[in-house]
Amino acid sequence: MNDVVIVDYGAGNTRSVQATLARLGYSSVVSADPSMICAAWYVVLPGVGSARSAMAHLRATGAAEALGQRVEERRPVLGICLGLQLALTWSAEDGGVDGLDIVPGRVVRLADERVPRLGWSLVEPWGEVYYFAHSYAAVTPDSVASAEGVVAAVARGTFLGVQFHPEKSGPAGLAFLDRCLSLA
Amino acid sequence: MPLPRLIPCLDVAHGRVVKGVNFVGLRDVGDPVELAVHYSAGGADELVLLDITATPDEVATMTNVVRLVADELDIPFTVGGGVRSVDDASRIIESGADRVSLNSAAVARPALLGAIAERFGSQAVVIAIDSGGGVVYTHGGRVPTNRETVSWAIEATERGAGEVLLTSIDHDGRREGFDLSLTSRVRTAVHVPVIASGGAGSAEHVADALRVADAALVASIVHENPAGLAGLRREIEARGVNLRPWKERS
Repeated sequence: MNDVVIVDYGAGNTRSVQATLARLGYSSVVSADPSMICAAWYVVLPGVGSARSAMAHLRATGAAEALGQRVEERRPVLGICLGLQLALTWSAEDGGVDGLDIVPGRVVRLADERVPRLGWSLVEPWGEVYYFAHSYAAVTPDSVASAEGVVAAVARGTFLGVQFHPEKSGPAGLAFLDRCLSLA
Repeated sequence: MPLPRLIPCLDVAHGRVVKGVNFVGLRDVGDPVELAVHYSAGGADELVLLDITATPDEVATMTNVVRLVADELDIPFTVGGGVRSVDDASRIIESGADRVSLNSAAVARPALLGAIAERFGSQAVVIAIDSGGGVVYTHGGRVPTNRETVSWAIEATERGAGEVLLTSIDHDGRREGFDLSLTSRVRTAVHVPVIASGGAGSAEHVADALRVADAALVASIVHENPAGLAGLRREIEARGVNLRPWKERS
């Protein structure tokens, strides 16, 4: 299948991700179908919504299992924002929610002076500024980049998760997505 | 903390961008998609689209505008005006907006803020407060309420709003600077980011606002010279306020 699959879980802002992929020349479909998630050459787990309802959707549709299977088969998945957080073992959001457990660790509420954290922050060691909009963040040994002390990216096997929104991060975000997809 | 944000605001009526001076006397300044893309390319950190007609039949019109903007824009944007229910908010967010902003409807039914935050997260909910003489006004700044601005900001954010868009009606459209004292009082009282709005007349004003707020909303100062946004950024930075690194796109 030539399309990128953007995983649908009821509340994600899939439209912007789809439009950004189109700008890079990639066609995509929005789906929760496990067979499509397994077959796709690239899968994006987008992020807006709440952890509990997102996980409930992913489990009910079988997408949760398909995502885990993909990573076991060493095929790429990119998680964005909540999509990163869902990949962890457990999240403190909504009173505590079990995640996909693709990446070991947990998700905790930000300890910032102002929450949600909204705006552009420098991601190190990558040296680029991306757009963040979140109230929770990952705590994991698999962190590969951070922004002001908060996990900005995690990687485990073929799963890459970013806390920022590349689809909302201007030219820098577009270049980031381009690299992700061209390396896949 | 994230870098301070410069946010052009597009007032939209019947699918077109208009400019407000003291909330009356509008004049057409253009197509929302064209302007949105232009501001994004010119260094806007984010955009706000406000449907100032805000009548129920306009939500459908606005949803179309949101889709067109979302398909072209690669920076975040907030949409306000006419959001009266979780369904309205869903339609706007599913059309590609990052956040919805609520004003009159939240004053009438504060629980709406929590209901939308529960579904989309508090980062998707902005409480827009029009303040005049220390009290909250609704219906585009025309109707005074008996709510005090600071206490309403506290209540709204406790109920689920993840950001405050604070407009001083007294300063709006006058270009004599933002209401820094009101902005500071509100920002001290809440634990979410605050956008200062109303009164931008110069880079100096915007820089002053960004020293006390997380973001500044600009309208007429950029609408009258949309090509001047990049210059405005440079002038703000020359005053010691660091915005996000940004290169002019060729």
